[in-house]
Amino acid sequence: MEYLWQGLIKALKLIVSLDREVFGIVLLSLRVSVTAIVLSALVGMPLGVLVGLRRFPGKRLFVTIVNTLMALPTVVVGLLVYTMLSHRGPLGVLGLLFTPAAMITAQSILVLPLVVGLTIVGITGVDPTVRKTAVSLGANELQAALAVVMEARYVLLAAIIAAFGRAIAEVGAAMMVGGNIKGSTRVITTAIALETGKGEFELAFALGIVLLSVAALINTALYKLQAGVR
Amino acid sequence: MSCMRKVILLLVLLPLASIFARTDASASNDRLLLATTTSLYDSGLLEVLIPPFEKLFNLKVDVVSVGTGKAFRLARNGDVDILLVHNPTAERRFIKSGYGINRREVMYNDFVIVGPPTDPAGIKGSEDITEALKRIIRSGSTFISRGDESGTHKKEKELWAKAGVDPASGRYMETGQGMGLTLRIADEKRGYTLVDRGTYLAFRDKIGLVVVYEKDPLLLNPYSVIAVNPARYPHVNYVLAMAFIGWITSPEAQKIIGGYRRADENLFHPSAIKEQPARK
Repeated sequence: MEYLWQGLIKALKLIVSLDREVFGIVLLSLRVSVTAIVLSALVGMPLGVLVGLRRFPGKRLFVTIVNTLMALPTVVVGLLVYTMLSHRGPLGVLGLLFTPAAMITAQSILVLPLVVGLTIVGITGVDPTVRKTAVSLGANELQAALAVVMEARYVLLAAIIAAFGRAIAEVGAAMMVGGNIKGSTRVITTAIALETGKGEFELAFALGIVLLSVAALINTALYKLQAGVR
Repeated sequence: MSCMRKVILLLVLLPLASIFARTDASASNDRLLLATTTSLYDSGLLEVLIPPFEKLFNLKVDVVSVGTGKAFRLARNGDVDILLVHNPTAERRFIKSGYGINRREVMYNDFVIVGPPTDPAGIKGSEDITEALKRIIRSGSTFISRGDESGTHKKEKELWAKAGVDPASGRYMETGQGMGLTLRIADEKRGYTLVDRGTYLAFRDKIGLVVVYEKDPLLLNPYSVIAVNPARYPHVNYVLAMAFIGWITSPEAQKIIGGYRRADENLFHPSAIKEQPARK
């Protein structure tokens, strides 16, 4: 039990002293996960809006598949991306394995189903009269869709927050395709796994607290953003 | 609204730019990718051994620390340039199948059997390691295994085979975890386990297990360095790999290895420099 307490003290020390190595690890974690979220939102949100607004044969199957993929194990995503980026794989010549770009790719794939799925939920939940009203007021297809998206913005923001949480907290994919290389691909979660393996439980806990602090900061910023859009 | 648009635009462009900036640097030729085992990495030795090499050749060594099984797998796929591992059987197979070349022994440490201080199986004073293992199973004591195809796990299976007992006939548990967590589990379960001395020393103060059997010749743990064969993978950084092999077997590096201490004990014994190198 005492390492919980010691971990808390150590975390405070790490944060206050701006330990250079820890700082670099935190920055990389943020860079990787934020980029992954942006990429998957760019792809996933339009896709989710489209699916949410339209009726088409196989829609239910599509939604079921997306929801199932939310349960993708992180290590499996890591293996998949590794297989693609390995020198024996189809994209091996790019030399991307064990780089942050590989980790971004893996995390984007990991959170994409979450973004798509929650966007569909958000869009489907909007009162159908919103769209009808927009159309009756002379809005074209795109403008009507935008009106629906604006109505659904809280759920869309929740999708981003959930996806960010999944990305920054995952360790399997980052470990597999990043390699946990010191000063190059080590992020907070892989550092936690390393320190736990070494028996440095206090430091591992401290890093966990650092991760939560970072997540708190990001979520506060997103909340502010939401308040701004209101 | 327009302010938010700018923020979103920035959010999109900045990371995209950083991806491409990063890609160029990582493909450069002054980066050596070394795969090694977690037990060696966690010992901290590489942190004193690699910087002088990086300085000497003005390059960067990126270390990927994984289980032995995964290290070989990465090398077989041509995803790393060089291996620093501890499983002679797997190493020979790796070279025989054409994936590796220029293996050199670097150093050794040893494995020990740790267990509860009361030594319920009475393995202290066993004649040899096979006898010690037999006593653990026969007495119905718990043995905790890594069960993860790591170098330590492979060693353990070799020892069971030598002892001629099926560990599954006793109280045998596989954790599937790294050495550190396996030690913790053995501690909680009051069981015995096989561990390299380095990891045990790192954990000694945190657990209640003590060394109950050691110093059998079968418990030696030799580490070797192997370059990935450039005939198989022309893209590997073979020249730097050979430079690393040269460095780690040099008198300077061997001295660093011999002088590395933790918890007031020497962890590794250099073995690369011999008056009469063995003939292959």
